[in-house]
Amino acid sequence: MSAALLAQQLRPEGVEIRLAGSPALLDSSGALYLPDSETLVVADLHLEKGSSLARRGSMLPPFDTGATLAALAEAISHFRPAHVVALGDSFHDRRGPDRLLASDRRTLAALVAGRDWTWILGNHDPALPEGLGGRTAEEVELGRLILRHHPAPGSQRELAGHLHPVAKVVLHGRGVRARAFLTDGDRCVLPAVGAYAGGLNACDPAFDELFPRGFTAHVIGRQRVFSLPRAALCGD
Amino acid sequence: MTYPDLPPAFQDWFASRGWEPRPHQLSLLEKGRAGRSVLLVAPTGAGKTLAGFLPSLVELSSRPPEPAGRAAPARRLHTLYISPLKALAVDVARNLETPVAEMGLPVAVETRTGDTPPHKRKRQVERPPDILMTTPEQLALLLASRSAEELFGGLRRVVLDELHALVTSKRGDLLALDLARLHRLAPGLQAVGLSATVRQPEALQRYLVPWRRPETEPDAAPAGEGREPGPLADLVVVAGGAEPDIRLLTLDRDLPLAGHMGALSLPAIYRLIQDHKTTLVFTNTRFQAEFTFQELWRINEDTLPIAIHHGSLDREQRRRVEAAMTAGKLKAVVCTATLDLGIDWGDVDLVVNVGAPKGASRIMQRIGRANHRLDEPSRAYLAPTNRFEILECTAALDAVHEAAQDTPDPRPGALDVLAQHVLGMACAGPFSMEELYEEVTSASPYADLSWEDFELVVDFAATGGYALRAYERFAKILRGPDGLWRIRDGRVAQQYRMNAGTIVGAGLLKVRLLRSSRKSPGSLVPRGKVLGEMEEGFCEMLSPGDTFVFAGEVLRFEGIREDEAHVTRAPAGTEPLIPSWGGSKFPLSTFLAARVRRLLADPAEWGRLPMGADEWLRQQQRRSLIPEPGDLLVETFPRQRRHYLVAFPFEGRLAHQTLGMLLTRRLERARLRPLGFVANDYGIAVYGLGDVAARVEEEPGFLDELFSEDMLGDDLEDWLHESALMKRTFRDCAVIAGLIERRHPGEKRRTQRQTNISTDLVYDVLRRHQPDHLLLRAARADAATGLLDVKRLGLMLSRIRGRIRHKPLDRVSPLAVSLILEIGRERVSGEAADEILAEAEQMLLEEANA
Repeated sequence: MSAALLAQQLRPEGVEIRLAGSPALLDSSGALYLPDSETLVVADLHLEKGSSLARRGSMLPPFDTGATLAALAEAISHFRPAHVVALGDSFHDRRGPDRLLASDRRTLAALVAGRDWTWILGNHDPALPEGLGGRTAEEVELGRLILRHHPAPGSQRELAGHLHPVAKVVLHGRGVRARAFLTDGDRCVLPAVGAYAGGLNACDPAFDELFPRGFTAHVIGRQRVFSLPRAALCGD
Repeated sequence: MTYPDLPPAFQDWFASRGWEPRPHQLSLLEKGRAGRSVLLVAPTGAGKTLAGFLPSLVELSSRPPEPAGRAAPARRLHTLYISPLKALAVDVARNLETPVAEMGLPVAVETRTGDTPPHKRKRQVERPPDILMTTPEQLALLLASRSAEELFGGLRRVVLDELHALVTSKRGDLLALDLARLHRLAPGLQAVGLSATVRQPEALQRYLVPWRRPETEPDAAPAGEGREPGPLADLVVVAGGAEPDIRLLTLDRDLPLAGHMGALSLPAIYRLIQDHKTTLVFTNTRFQAEFTFQELWRINEDTLPIAIHHGSLDREQRRRVEAAMTAGKLKAVVCTATLDLGIDWGDVDLVVNVGAPKGASRIMQRIGRANHRLDEPSRAYLAPTNRFEILECTAALDAVHEAAQDTPDPRPGALDVLAQHVLGMACAGPFSMEELYEEVTSASPYADLSWEDFELVVDFAATGGYALRAYERFAKILRGPDGLWRIRDGRVAQQYRMNAGTIVGAGLLKVRLLRSSRKSPGSLVPRGKVLGEMEEGFCEMLSPGDTFVFAGEVLRFEGIREDEAHVTRAPAGTEPLIPSWGGSKFPLSTFLAARVRRLLADPAEWGRLPMGADEWLRQQQRRSLIPEPGDLLVETFPRQRRHYLVAFPFEGRLAHQTLGMLLTRRLERARLRPLGFVANDYGIAVYGLGDVAARVEEEPGFLDELFSEDMLGDDLEDWLHESALMKRTFRDCAVIAGLIERRHPGEKRRTQRQTNISTDLVYDVLRRHQPDHLLLRAARADAATGLLDVKRLGLMLSRIRGRIRHKPLDRVSPLAVSLILEIGRERVSGEAADEILAEAEQMLLEEANA
């Protein structure tokens, strides 16, 4: 068996849902794939978070950008999307793009070059330099969905990031906390993909406001993505 | 009788008290005069502390008086006293003030702790007292300042109290490094160690004095090879006074097969409390302390003043208990290890230890808390709570009568601690790498540190030590053209000061009572009092509505807000739902475990075992078998549609938990479908759907393979990758080494929940990209002896190679009952991520199908 085939088989299984009436694949990488428009959506890459903290004296391992880009590259090679939309906070701070190591810069350039790429701007990266390739936007309309960084309460049918949802489940005194997609079928808040991006518990009131009808949490486990009701989750 | 070494004022003072100086006190005086460092080993009540200070008091009292006014050189610090506990430093200072005042000695004694106000700290550095009492953490901070050289340049003596309790921890590593710096700043410094009885005094004698490498180039002498034993401090031993009067608390009924609460013994303990002046009731866990306290009050018909004391109670409450205790107002205090160390709590005349003693030296130190007078026997009772503990208590009693010791061996110094120290030394002033290496390796825990590792540590302190050289421009310390390393700027020093120390709390949350709101009746507001602190890890595993015992009452968990756990009082009569938090911190010592195995293997000895233990072992002999001391008994049996595998290695809970994790993985791979396991200090039970006995029948070598040492290879590595315990170990190293900040200048102290980066994420990334990184090495070294006890597990696996005795049974054996009764009572910190998610997912399906 070839290594590529083996990797394919070991790839944790995602889950297919319907979002605003169309199919959407929730991938174990944290990316969301819309097959109808051949678009891969990723949220909160937070590239160069490590070096951002290193500037302040916490010398975190500088491998986070490489790890995040590797996960992104893997999802892209799996889905082979025509379009990629990064939902904002792609860099941890404004100076992040300047601090990219040469090798990471090349990896990113190769990813961007191969397809139509949109950087939605977020609060951490309100502007991005030209040199990255792709185009920048405040939001993107895609069929019946609006793609933006900050979810907007009340509005419907959107894909957003910003909140880094994680779900926590405790059973029999044992607990697990993992990244999750939260969705009510119209809106989906995507988990952060960034290797050092922390998370906000799905039981936080911020999510109740966004999902007055409740939501399902699609939680990224080691082997596959698990779909859990809100009632199965607990706060931190 | 007169003592030539003792000035008249001192002789008069001893006489006025009706005392005579004890031989070891005089002996320390003589060592002081001769300029020798010395280790004083003495049981509690021997006047150890006074002995430690006597040379300094005599020297200071015979100083020529200072010329008044005139710009005389400021006095310098003469003696430094280091205690592992802040409270002990304060207590000893108070005790020292008595002779100083009564003899009218011109000696200034002060304490310096985290509570000392800033203006006083500043003054203490500018105009130091003669004697300063402090903790290892405060010493590290003082040494990391630019005034260290001036402050400590004239230091004559450093007294290290309770040294046995410090040396085998990271605090001991840090103290060793600081001691090395003191020896350099103050040539001729005398170090005086005060210690309880230990197994290997040489290790402590070596700790006190700097070890000097033979005259060779640093890189010419390979570390650890052909090394001289090095100089040792002198040793003064005070023979243990009267033999302790220690017994097993024997009831006229059988003890249960499992459980740790000891409810049956409480009426007997209550009667002992009634009959004694003041009793200390030691327990192994806080939960056990809470339970014992509650139950004693339930039967406290005479409303005797009985109090509770443990580390997570609110500080004020603890102080009240301590004060009442010193004033002799309490009949009993139920406590945990927080009262293990030497504070003098007044007239304790009885110690009761509930539950397993865990170690011979530990129990002896606890017993020593009773009767602080050397010549009278300490009275103590060991109260086992189940039948296994009868064996353990009996073995411990034997050890006490033989005065056998099982204090842990010294260990190599931790690299994360060294990283913190290197940064601290850069804050003190520019350093040369070669000189600092000489200094660091003069500290006994770091004597074997290689130059290469030292370089890695310095590189880590500078830029994180990554193969990917990404952070050169952010370096915290830089090498100048003169070859010396300096901190980048003042912010680095500030950051160091805010993050120094080696005690990483488990991450504590305040426990606050909710009160009904006055404004909107029916709703609760967090305005009630703070009851104490609990580990975040415990709180995070609670769901709202769960009930548990804390601070002597049953509480209902309501939720977590920021750094507080909110609770309400549970209605009267509520049984706590969550049975336990944290097991004993101390696993059964290797020494005591070996004795328990021998006792178990020798039926001639069983007659001494009361309360049903004798009969229990005879039944085991009839229904299964009794293993030889070197054998490992493995029983297999079916029960309630599950198959059990039970083994009795007697290696302590931590090593058994690790074994359980690894066995479960292996059984899974052998398609025997394990479902879970339970471990205690004595053994482990794994249960599942597959029939292990049937597999052994097909494949006779199966068990040997299952327990083979190679599980410590790939299986261990795989498991460590996702182990929550390993991640916790890594987090502690990351905090100590300064990778993760506890506080950032200008911000409030953070709890683990508030750190801006999750160390779990850092661990994952680092492990994948630089598995040999310094911090991962530090974490692995800790895992070997700490929470995972991998080292002990390894020794066990090699001990039992070829010595597995398999006994297939058709039902549970008497020994195994004790273990499997614990299923569901003890929580195992598991790594069953996907299993939990899968189970929760079922809920959605059921909801949909309803």
